[in-house]
Amino acid sequence: MSTYSLPHVPAVDQVAAEMRAKSFTTRSIKTTAKARALAIVTSMIDLTTLEGSDTPDKVRRLCRKGLQPLVGSDVPPVAAICVYPTMVATAKEELAGSKVKVAAVATAFPSGQSFLDIRLAEVRDTVDAGADEIDMVINRGAFLAGDYARVYDEIADVKEACGHAHLKVILETGEIGPLDQVRKASQIAIDAGADFIKTSTGKIGSAATMPVTLVMLEAIRDEYLRTGRFVGMKPAGGIRTAKQAWHYLAMVKETLGDAWLTPDLFRIGASSLLNDVLKQWRKLETGCYQSDDYFSKD
Amino acid sequence: MTDPTLEAPASDAELSSTAPSSVTRIEPAAAADTDPSPQTDSARDLLFGDLWTYAPAPESTAACRYESRYGHFIDNAFVPGRDYFPSVNPATEEVLCEVPTADRRIVNRAVEAARRAFPRWSALPGRERGKYLYRIGRILQEKAREIAILETLDNGKPIKETRDVDLPLAAAHFLYHAGWADKLEYAFPGVTPRPIGVAGQIIPWNFPLLMAAWKIAPALACGNTVVLKPAETTPLSAMKLAEILLEADLPPGVVNFVHGAGKTGAALAEHPDVDKVAFTGSTEVGKILQRQLAGSTKRLTLELGGKGANIVFEDAALDQAIEGVIQGIYFNQGHVCCAGSRLLVQESIAATFLDKLRRRVATLRVGDPLDKNTDLGAIHSKEQLTKIRKLVEGGRREGASMHQLACDLPKKGFFFAPTYFTDVSQSHRIAQEEIFGPVLAVQTFRTPQEAIEKANNTPYGLSAGVWTDKGSKLFATARALDAGVVWGNTFNRFDPGSPFGGFKESGFGREGGRHGLLAYLETT
Repeated sequence: MSTYSLPHVPAVDQVAAEMRAKSFTTRSIKTTAKARALAIVTSMIDLTTLEGSDTPDKVRRLCRKGLQPLVGSDVPPVAAICVYPTMVATAKEELAGSKVKVAAVATAFPSGQSFLDIRLAEVRDTVDAGADEIDMVINRGAFLAGDYARVYDEIADVKEACGHAHLKVILETGEIGPLDQVRKASQIAIDAGADFIKTSTGKIGSAATMPVTLVMLEAIRDEYLRTGRFVGMKPAGGIRTAKQAWHYLAMVKETLGDAWLTPDLFRIGASSLLNDVLKQWRKLETGCYQSDDYFSKD
Repeated sequence: MTDPTLEAPASDAELSSTAPSSVTRIEPAAAADTDPSPQTDSARDLLFGDLWTYAPAPESTAACRYESRYGHFIDNAFVPGRDYFPSVNPATEEVLCEVPTADRRIVNRAVEAARRAFPRWSALPGRERGKYLYRIGRILQEKAREIAILETLDNGKPIKETRDVDLPLAAAHFLYHAGWADKLEYAFPGVTPRPIGVAGQIIPWNFPLLMAAWKIAPALACGNTVVLKPAETTPLSAMKLAEILLEADLPPGVVNFVHGAGKTGAALAEHPDVDKVAFTGSTEVGKILQRQLAGSTKRLTLELGGKGANIVFEDAALDQAIEGVIQGIYFNQGHVCCAGSRLLVQESIAATFLDKLRRRVATLRVGDPLDKNTDLGAIHSKEQLTKIRKLVEGGRREGASMHQLACDLPKKGFFFAPTYFTDVSQSHRIAQEEIFGPVLAVQTFRTPQEAIEKANNTPYGLSAGVWTDKGSKLFATARALDAGVVWGNTFNRFDPGSPFGGFKESGFGREGGRHGLLAYLETT
């Protein structure tokens, strides 16, 4: 057991944070700004399938879609394909030779309610199977019980188990309460060695929101200014439209600045977002919206 | 001009030899040429550069219709006049329209129209008056887009503010007071409230339509009739409102508009058949009006200047407090009487807080008011710009350190980059006088007592903001502040249900809420 104690974290005012987050939704993204946003957003997507019904074929189709989202266009590949551990080998094989990463959710995703040694073993096996990135969930039970040292220790153990793989730490903000708590959990994850902090599993009702993401970005910003360390951010779940995505992008741009406008430091976890981005892309090219049937539903 | 600090701006070289002041340019992309990778402690900063820039997103003016010339509006008709003068778009310096100057004869005609309309209007059942107000509010909402654009053209404030603040709030004021019109006797139990008569109303240029709504809606709800003088530099939205009144079928003479500057205002205020004068504007003019009306039986309410303080305690939610400070001083280019033009920050967090302030200012966007991404639009007039520059120069000469956003300002029009001063003493003019521009004076304090003392240490008493995570501290501080409006963990939030007004030289009387009705009712 470590002797981790949570450092002083700044208070967050819920009402004012929500107002600030809302202000980014009034940024008007047009013409060249929109075209660039669509390319940037696509390159930041962790294209995700996390279903009990996932099969190797389904994962292979998703990989191909991620590699070449829109045939006959300059749409870049997505950042990563995000799957369950058992699908990592399949994805790795399909993505071989590309820059698209394989991300896998581990640590008894989504609840995290299993024994630590089992969760750590899952992480090690997943990395062995070829995952470049591990998306873990924090122990919300320990967090809500105030056992911050335990939350910290478990993340640190997972980080160690990851080896060379990048670690994204899911706070599951919909379960840990108000924004003050989000800021606390962000700090614990950052302190314990997270490469990215991530909002949600997408498996409960409440997923990523702009206020939650704003508070996490502020934690990342303050860590950078204090220590020089770059931590990445991944909102996940609930971001379904291109418009929503560029609102998040505007929030990153105006909170953290240019350095974070890269897939190395900002990702969006999504499945249905990509097709809306493609639809907007075609709209810019042709001037009109195409039917949903013109976009592959892989 | 004898005061040396009022002379024209001196050059930088001159300044550095006469005063120990420093000027820091806030560069949004200071390190734009360098790789944004981990840097040394001292060089570490955020880079708000052009990796992804917002393309211009100007609101189209195609939906706007306005005349090149308007008259006064008397008895539901536009009345031509004499001595036409232009209203200028402060962002382009182009003339938008021109309006005539009302002399005593025209003012008299307008007051007579209002007087003629008064008996029938005041005798209408409250719910009938309420119907008119409701209709006006609804039409305003329907035409909100067009009028928001016109307001931005005429005033210079960004479209995002006219669209999201001025227009929704103006409509809300009419709708809110529509609800009061038939409930006045319940508002003040035990008395039978009666209307006062003809109200002469004089409003400023910083929220042209909203101020008209603040004045007209309660007056009509309470059964009064109105002669209103819009600011001479912003007549346009009042003329659109006149068209709306026609569309709403408001009886002739109930609301009349006369144009002109100070002389017209004085003629209106001292007209013997005006029973009530309501003025929003500068403390200087407010004092003149009060002298002018001394000895008369006229009722008077004044909403005047301010030098509001935002007090930030060390336990505040700092990132949100920064938003409040930014909103407090840069909203509407600081042309706000209740602006948070002073920042009092607890010394223990001052360095951290000022770092945050600098980084936040670096992301502000100054430019074309019609662009939907513009945060600060044009300064309203050349005169105002000159005044701001003089006070800022004065601040530098007196030794305060100036911090200003390094940004390209449009070549045409009147613009001023967002600015704040540190090393400010209570004795500095920039800490005492209302600048009415995007200029913030930052001071520090050690204890709550000191913060309260400094916040109250101005002739004004309009607004204040308190930022703390501790409820008991918030309420204790708010009670001790001599300010008509105290915001807790927010700033510049308005609602028709919330009374607004000042203490001390910020005026007297309240607008909005149940208290606001008192200004337009006889309750004795």
